[in-house]
Amino acid sequence: MSEKPKIALYWCASCGGCEEAVVDLAEDILQVVEKAEIVFWPVAMDFKRKDVENLKDGEILVSFINGSVRNSEQEEMVKLLRKKSKIVIAFGSCAYTGGIPGLANSYSKEEIMNYYYKEGLTVFNPEDKRPTPQYIEKNLAFEIPEFYERVYALDQVIDVDYYIPGCAPTRNVVKNSIDTLFSGNLPPKGSVLGASSKALCNECPLNDTKPEKITLKEFKRIDKNQPEKDKCLLIQGFACLGPVTRGGCEALCVKANYPCTGCFGPLDGIEDYGAKALSFLASLIDSNNEEEIEKIINEWMPNPLGIVYKYSLPKSLIFETKNKKNGG
Amino acid sequence: MEHRITIDPITRLEGHGKIEIFLDENGNVEKAYFVVPELRGFEIFVKGKPAEDMPIITPRICGVCPTAHHMASTKALDDLYKVEPPSPAKKLREMLYNMFMLEDHALHVYILGGPDFIVGPKAKKEERNVLGVIQKVGLEIGKKVISMRREIRELMTLLAGKVIHPAWGVPGGVTRGLKEEERKNFVKVAEKGVEFALFTLKVFKDIVLSNKEYVELITSDTYTHRTYYMGLVDNNKKVNFYDGKIRVVDPEGKEFALFDVRDYKDYIAEHVENWTYIKFPFLKKVGWKGFIDGKDSGVYSVAPLARLNASEGMATPKAQEAYEEFYKTLGVKPVHHTLANHWARVIEMIYAAERFLELAKDPEITSDNIRNISKEIPSVGIGVVEAPRGILIHHYETDEKGFITKANLIVATQNNAARIAMSVEKAAKGLIKNGKYDEGILNMIEMAFRAYDPCHACGTHSLPGNIPLLINIRDKKGNIIDKIKNF
Repeated sequence: MSEKPKIALYWCASCGGCEEAVVDLAEDILQVVEKAEIVFWPVAMDFKRKDVENLKDGEILVSFINGSVRNSEQEEMVKLLRKKSKIVIAFGSCAYTGGIPGLANSYSKEEIMNYYYKEGLTVFNPEDKRPTPQYIEKNLAFEIPEFYERVYALDQVIDVDYYIPGCAPTRNVVKNSIDTLFSGNLPPKGSVLGASSKALCNECPLNDTKPEKITLKEFKRIDKNQPEKDKCLLIQGFACLGPVTRGGCEALCVKANYPCTGCFGPLDGIEDYGAKALSFLASLIDSNNEEEIEKIINEWMPNPLGIVYKYSLPKSLIFETKNKKNGG
Repeated sequence: MEHRITIDPITRLEGHGKIEIFLDENGNVEKAYFVVPELRGFEIFVKGKPAEDMPIITPRICGVCPTAHHMASTKALDDLYKVEPPSPAKKLREMLYNMFMLEDHALHVYILGGPDFIVGPKAKKEERNVLGVIQKVGLEIGKKVISMRREIRELMTLLAGKVIHPAWGVPGGVTRGLKEEERKNFVKVAEKGVEFALFTLKVFKDIVLSNKEYVELITSDTYTHRTYYMGLVDNNKKVNFYDGKIRVVDPEGKEFALFDVRDYKDYIAEHVENWTYIKFPFLKKVGWKGFIDGKDSGVYSVAPLARLNASEGMATPKAQEAYEEFYKTLGVKPVHHTLANHWARVIEMIYAAERFLELAKDPEITSDNIRNISKEIPSVGIGVVEAPRGILIHHYETDEKGFITKANLIVATQNNAARIAMSVEKAAKGLIKNGKYDEGILNMIEMAFRAYDPCHACGTHSLPGNIPLLINIRDKKGNIIDKIKNF
């Protein structure tokens, strides 16, 4: 029997990018394997849900869970892992704040099904067939899972101890988080691991070109504007979300001359990232007239929801009335 | 007596890709259904979003092939805004794209699908994984695979922001160019890449092709389907991953269609079934005739084997040699053997590496001229690339301000969904006779799956090279009377 601490990795409704983020540890993965015993990792090991069920409660030291929660199977699995784990970590944007799949929360399941199987541009469906959770054909019964009406972040379904930010978390962030966990020196519950506690601007190579106060007459879109090199993207008028986004990613997108889209999520103490991002953008506008501010925002982005809540709509206090599963 | 067998591979993201097998009264397979229980609705929730955000949003469909979605999306934006990128931008994009194809194929060959062959289809499942591969080829080589992928992915990060979800492509170009001092490193890694790809072909030949049993397996009827093949080709009808026309050949290898992706709706339609969330694309001009092969059925196939079949060759010298050897050895074109996908994938690695090197050596890629700005009013944009797993089409419609009103995506794995279902059914029919079956069926079905490298979230993989499968044998009332599993 190994005396090493046990760890588990699991995905819910994810794209697989968070698994790749672990695989991207490359040579460093061997160190993890030395220090810990991986008891559960569907992408890399035999799936043994039974083995998890057979563990004692709390026997797993850490479970890393990525992806958002959107069907019953995922809910069962994360509840099981919660029971068996001392520490549960929401790994990556989807588990942390709902992620890009969470943008689906603006639409009903019916709207999604209708478009996908009926109105879609290449759909050929003369009999109007529709995937049906309990479908019977010639006495043969099929079952496919029923999806929930909406997407949940992990802590809307189970209790979460720590968060690892990023879509996907970068190699250094994953490495730092693991080092923190192995150090035995654990931060307070609810902390974000592996990243910075400061805004992205602090590590941005363009920060020297950013003045103390920024004022803008308009926002620019990247569709018909090319950002200049080596100059703060925000003062150029691009809605770079660096000032309201947690750092730790080494400003990789900005180094590719692309405005930050906020995947590392909010700074400590901010409950609603999108609301914060929107009020921040509005505050940059060189005007005290509310109508004028609104006009400038509208001119740029009539519906900024997908910009400011790109990774966190399920955690929005404004747009989500039922933030907890089962209305809790 | 009627049984129902359920095979449940635990896939990622969709939760399960399920196989339902129904037996007739004699205990032989009547029907097998391949079920994908997944739907996320990207095409709907992008409505109202600014078009330029699509290369950021759509890669989140798949974290294993985000570069494919990023690039298909970026090319759809070029078309939407009616703007041609300047030559250096095109070359940079194509270079990044070939880097991605190389590292993604390498992942599959060594870690996901390859173990079946490198370690051996009859090996114990505990050995049929990346560790087994390392044992067979040596630890040094194992490390080489890991470091090769890391080096390529680090350079992709440098160029395109992130490797897991790039932030780089814009209508008419890219946001970041390459400096001369950076380019040298790209050349170095590309040279290593060519060497690595050629070495991979040698490994494949030494281990697989020299083994009569493996070759028999590859050419066995269980893994053979005579379908149409679809792939992207350049002006000389050579394979191209980044750009070109879509070419379709019929089961005899005759050119059936050669078209611009803008006309895809005339050629491709999607069939819907009640028992799965995936839609089945088929050739509109042939029609949907069900899950059957042959010239009268609209089922077609994509991905490495299909690309080779649908083309007249490779555009780089070493890859062309390997291509010729492939058809000479198998003695026929098109090749209809699903498992030949593994070999085709290695040939494509060589092409990707050679093309990467050609572009890295091109001095033009360090030019500052990386973007043309559109003056047009957007309305419709369609883009295509060859994802590692096949043709990937992004189609957007917008209002005049460039906000999405409609989106349609034909995702690579979807194109193979019907053929995967057929492979599964064929394997089942071959292995279940008179109500008798054994655990061998698990491995045979796994192998059929893995050859396509299906990406139902790029997911049916598990690194040890085995998809956990559960078979439930049910009586007429649906009661489970037996279970077989491989985990």
